[in-house]
Amino acid sequence: MKQYLLSMYQPQGEIPPPEVLAGVMRDLGAINEEIKQAGGWVFSGGLHAPETATVVRFADGELLTTDGPFAEGKEHLGGFWIIGAPDLDAALAWARKITGVTMLPIEVRPFRDRIEG
Amino acid sequence: MLPADEAGEIERVFRAEYGRAVAVLVRVFGDIDIAEEAVQDAFATAAQRWPSAGLPPSPAGWIITTARNRAVDRLRREASRQDRHAQAALLHASAKPAQEGPVRDDRLRLIFTCCHPALAVSAQVALTLRLLGGLSTAEIARAFLVAEPAMAQRLVRAKAKIRDAGIPFRIPYDADLTIRLRSVLAVVYLIFNEGYTATSGARLVREDLCAEAIRLGRLLAELMPDEPEVMGLLALMLLTESRRPARSTPDGGLVLLADQDRGRWDRGLIAEGHALVRRCLRRGQPGPYQIQAAISAVHSDAATAADTDWAQILALYDQLLAVAPTPVAALNRAVAVAEVSGPAAALPLVDELSLGGYQMFHAIRAGLLRRLGRAAEAAQAYDAAIALARNDAERDFLQRSRQALPDL
Repeated sequence: MKQYLLSMYQPQGEIPPPEVLAGVMRDLGAINEEIKQAGGWVFSGGLHAPETATVVRFADGELLTTDGPFAEGKEHLGGFWIIGAPDLDAALAWARKITGVTMLPIEVRPFRDRIEG
Repeated sequence: MLPADEAGEIERVFRAEYGRAVAVLVRVFGDIDIAEEAVQDAFATAAQRWPSAGLPPSPAGWIITTARNRAVDRLRREASRQDRHAQAALLHASAKPAQEGPVRDDRLRLIFTCCHPALAVSAQVALTLRLLGGLSTAEIARAFLVAEPAMAQRLVRAKAKIRDAGIPFRIPYDADLTIRLRSVLAVVYLIFNEGYTATSGARLVREDLCAEAIRLGRLLAELMPDEPEVMGLLALMLLTESRRPARSTPDGGLVLLADQDRGRWDRGLIAEGHALVRRCLRRGQPGPYQIQAAISAVHSDAATAADTDWAQILALYDQLLAVAPTPVAALNRAVAVAEVSGPAAALPLVDELSLGGYQMFHAIRAGLLRRLGRAAEAAQAYDAAIALARNDAERDFLQRSRQALPDL
């Protein structure tokens, strides 16, 4: 079993109305349950908006702390899953399901080494 | 037998069996690099041994067995030095069923891996030519006018992604098969088209790429005989290829379909293509490749350009647009409209297409404007086409057409 990071990218700003969001969250819950049933669950999480981010970096010989996300962009990482799957096709099948209910692009990336949930 | 014949024979076995051998060993070891290295090893041994010992009864079987045994020996040595990669490959090999002969599906699995949509199309093409076609990195680089180190890097990256991301060696499940097959067929057709109209350079055609694409098309047709689009693509390539001898002048100039010496068309390829088209039609599941093959077959049926059944071609283009509405198909349909109803009916259909970056759009527009007596506009359209020409033969042809316009 390989492990994959599924990153969900969402557009800046607009948040769907609560009644739409509730339906999406319910569908995502069902997909999470399916991933668990398939034995692929490691963990997942949703993130606060990028304005809440803080970056620490090393520059000019000192550690700097600055407000804001590392990369400004039209899209940002909104949430992620770490899942186990036998191969990329299986991981892509989960990504397709998630995109199907959220309409958001999902990036699928393999982990180098096994991580424990 | 003379050594030269033996060398030719080894070369022939290599071309015919390389892909099969790599595919079998990828199944056994679950790793492309190990498979390629082992097969190359085995062919190197064959090149030393066969000239004196003669060809074994089953050259392909000999190559596969030798490659497997040598790879196992090498991996055992490496595994004993705690090489985890070698240990994993050995484990994979021992977990596989004892069957060592080629499984019909091995090459099919490998084609689907090479053409996986998680790989860039340029990498899909390079991997397919390398692993299934047995072309060297240098040959692929030459065919696509890419520097050899860049092509080598493209292949290394693609193979690393297959390994690291876990792209499986598997024929896709039914639900995915149709869409995944589409990308396999697109890769083969892209190889053919690159061969048929070289996108740059002096020459119009690179016969080796056409031949390789047809070989892959035949392989797919053998492995997936129930897929009508597979038959359709093979038919389309064979019918297009049948006209190659008539498509250029001795000095390499381009000759349009209407002006070709039809006596020079390859009747054998035409007969084979027609038989495939008829087989497809009987299945009643038309797709873009089948319809394009059928259009090509109508051209092949005409003894002279004037005998062409344009009404039938137009009907087929209508069908093509219904299943695959692309601007290029609409442009080709407009050509048929010009033949059926005249250039005045076709020009507005061409003008509404957003194909300004496509050489054929301007060339076809130029031809229609010329026939309508609008020479000045035709000259402008030829200039636009010349600026977009992909090789010297096309450029020369367009320049001659422009010069042949009546005085402005």
